[in-house]
Amino acid sequence: MYNTLFNFSDDLFSELEQWQRQLVGRNIVSNIRPVARGSFPAINLGSTPSSVEVYAFVPGVEAKSLDIQIDKNLLTLQGERTLALPKEDNKLTVYAQERFSGKFKRVITLPDDVDVSKVNASYKDGVLHISIQRREEAQPKRIEIQ
Amino acid sequence: MTEATHQAVAPNTPELATLRPLVTIVEEESGFTLTAELPGVPKENVRVQVENNVLTLEGEIRLQTPEQMKSTHAEIGSAKYKRAFTLSRELDSTKIEASQRDGVLTLHIPKAEHAQPRKIEVQIG
Repeated sequence: MYNTLFNFSDDLFSELEQWQRQLVGRNIVSNIRPVARGSFPAINLGSTPSSVEVYAFVPGVEAKSLDIQIDKNLLTLQGERTLALPKEDNKLTVYAQERFSGKFKRVITLPDDVDVSKVNASYKDGVLHISIQRREEAQPKRIEIQ
Repeated sequence: MTEATHQAVAPNTPELATLRPLVTIVEEESGFTLTAELPGVPKENVRVQVENNVLTLEGEIRLQTPEQMKSTHAEIGSAKYKRAFTLSRELDSTKIEASQRDGVLTLHIPKAEHAQPRKIEVQIG
């Protein structure tokens, strides 16, 4: 009787289920250095046959205040972001303060074949991009047949 | 290097969701100051718009990514930021000032002049 009224829900639920599967399915295996959701800064990693690419989303941080260190295959990114928040008084009200303020540190495990002497770092639009070359012997080579 | 942002921020996922920029909102007598984090968004990719008293911030990430890069881990899972705020009547949306630096968008939304606080003297007589 109410079929037409509730028909849409079929699609809605299957859609929700699909979303959920995509969200949950992303990281099934946990890292030994887990990070809480929403940790600062957020990090994306990429890989090419010749390099490892690290993108750290650090908006509003002075590039020179960032400390990047690589020890064996651990990359450590440290820094501090101090937000100069005005003092609240009867003329000023702070309604939202969602932005991170303080010291931060993130540790990333790199693949074993990186060459720590070949690192490039740049900062643009609030994103720190670190590119680390892989060791040459580890790179895939095409072998010509004579 | 190419600008294949999609690979760096949204591996194999359709654009399901937009990211919600984190903000700080401060009100002073002269108006509001809103700062929003849009890391990875160049100035020309930021859009600030007011329609029907709703302020909408949007931005699209653009990153330098090498060719053939595959994403292996993504905490930023979309290339788009979007967030909207309802403005109150006393704000003058025609005079919003915006600036973007190091991935942080700063907006100043002034109060209309007639809405700024006035001290009312109480007459004793």
